[in-house]
Amino acid sequence: MNERLESAMPWIFVLALLGLWELASTVLNIPAFVLPRPTVVAASLYRQFGPILDNAWTTLIRTLAGFAIAVVLGVLLGVAIGASRLVYRGLYPVLVGFNSIPKVAVVPVFVIWFGIGTVPALLTAFLVSFFPIAVNVATGLATIEPELLDVMRSLGATKRKILTKVGLPRAMPYFFASLKVAITLAFVGTIISETVASNKGIGYLMMAATANFDTPLVFAGLFVIAVMGIVMYALFAVIEQRTTFWAKRGDGLMT
Amino acid sequence: MAAFVDISDVTLTYGGGASGTLALEHATLKVERGEFVAVVGPSGCGKSTLLKLVSGLNLPSRGGVIVADREVAAPLSIVGMAFQNPIMLPWRTTLDNVLLPLEIVEPHASRFRRERAQYERKARDLLATVGLDGFADHYPWQLSGGMQQRASLCRSLIHEPALLLLDEPFGALDAFTREELWSVLQTLWERHRFTVILVTHDLTEAVFLADTVHVSSKRPGRIVASREVTLPRSRDVYAPEFVALVRALKGDIIEVRAA
Repeated sequence: MNERLESAMPWIFVLALLGLWELASTVLNIPAFVLPRPTVVAASLYRQFGPILDNAWTTLIRTLAGFAIAVVLGVLLGVAIGASRLVYRGLYPVLVGFNSIPKVAVVPVFVIWFGIGTVPALLTAFLVSFFPIAVNVATGLATIEPELLDVMRSLGATKRKILTKVGLPRAMPYFFASLKVAITLAFVGTIISETVASNKGIGYLMMAATANFDTPLVFAGLFVIAVMGIVMYALFAVIEQRTTFWAKRGDGLMT
Repeated sequence: MAAFVDISDVTLTYGGGASGTLALEHATLKVERGEFVAVVGPSGCGKSTLLKLVSGLNLPSRGGVIVADREVAAPLSIVGMAFQNPIMLPWRTTLDNVLLPLEIVEPHASRFRRERAQYERKARDLLATVGLDGFADHYPWQLSGGMQQRASLCRSLIHEPALLLLDEPFGALDAFTREELWSVLQTLWERHRFTVILVTHDLTEAVFLADTVHVSSKRPGRIVASREVTLPRSRDVYAPEFVALVRALKGDIIEVRAA
């Protein structure tokens, strides 16, 4: 009974939330162009399913492309930072500074360089999501036990061997944990860019809907983004569980 | 003819310059081939530094370290090491943990893929001699602390090092497990006769295992007294001669700390 309740919990919670929302909007008589009721959002979603799906697909592809670049560059950069003190000292402050720039502010620059559309969206997705990957991989490498390094060095292991035999496997739990964060951030990046400079994608769709005061469609867009985010997060959570089962041995504080 | 391990008048400063920490000063220690040596002393006396010098992980600021007739200038692969923390790799099974050195040390590393079955058999045999048969395919986190330390010993010995360096390897274990592992180590040593330098703060352990027990001064460390243990193995820790020797060493340490 407990297990079934546990797996039903997410659905129960979502349905309760939607029910509460529906009830509150009806009772308080909130107009649909301010906060549409879930049933109205669902209707809008159903009516415009074709265009929504089309735009969502565009957003998904842009996000995944940006995310893929972020994974490759993030891992390379993380390894460089985690394995070399010189790179760490030189690059880390620059990275932190760069990461604190709001990415919305960079989108116009991308538009000047690349015009509106796919490229700025993809680049923004990449920019917001690569930082946690790089930092986590670097952390995984930097926290190798000193005794373990002594063992490896005393055996005459080269830096490359230490990296492949110990460093990278050890950094895997950090890496996969960062992927879950990074993929959701990548969606944020794509949509920021789409709302500012695009003529396609969920972000664009929502901006267009806003201009038409079609609030239910805006909310339908939000809903689709949330679903894509959850699916991607779940996908990486499963991959994490499969590959780094050794790093998680208990349920932590959960009882 | 130089000793197998010959540390002569070595000084080592961490951090460099006048502001650095002086870890060892004019330390001298000789270990013969096949000898089992223990180094005891107050904590923070540079005992671990001594092992790093012998293994080539640290180089002396002054003086020289000679191992197997060669001046130590880089890490030596004839060395096996084990520490208080067993530091197993959690993503590898116990067997794969033990095999790790063979994937790194030549000539094994280049043969490893081809002759894996043979190496695996060797590792399983070694695990069996320390009482870990049946646990080779378990992950280290499925083993108790004592079992992990046994596996760690196996890992330090799998490439048949001529010199075994032990840094308080039994320090974190309960008394029963510790004494069991003394016997395990002694059996392995009697079978293979590698040279051992054991750093410990347990005087009973030192007297039980070693041919010679060296006492280190407090920081900066150097050897201030050496006592040979001539009692026949396996030693009875309750024999009057044994107890007398431990007591004498205790006296040495008290003297050192007061100095």
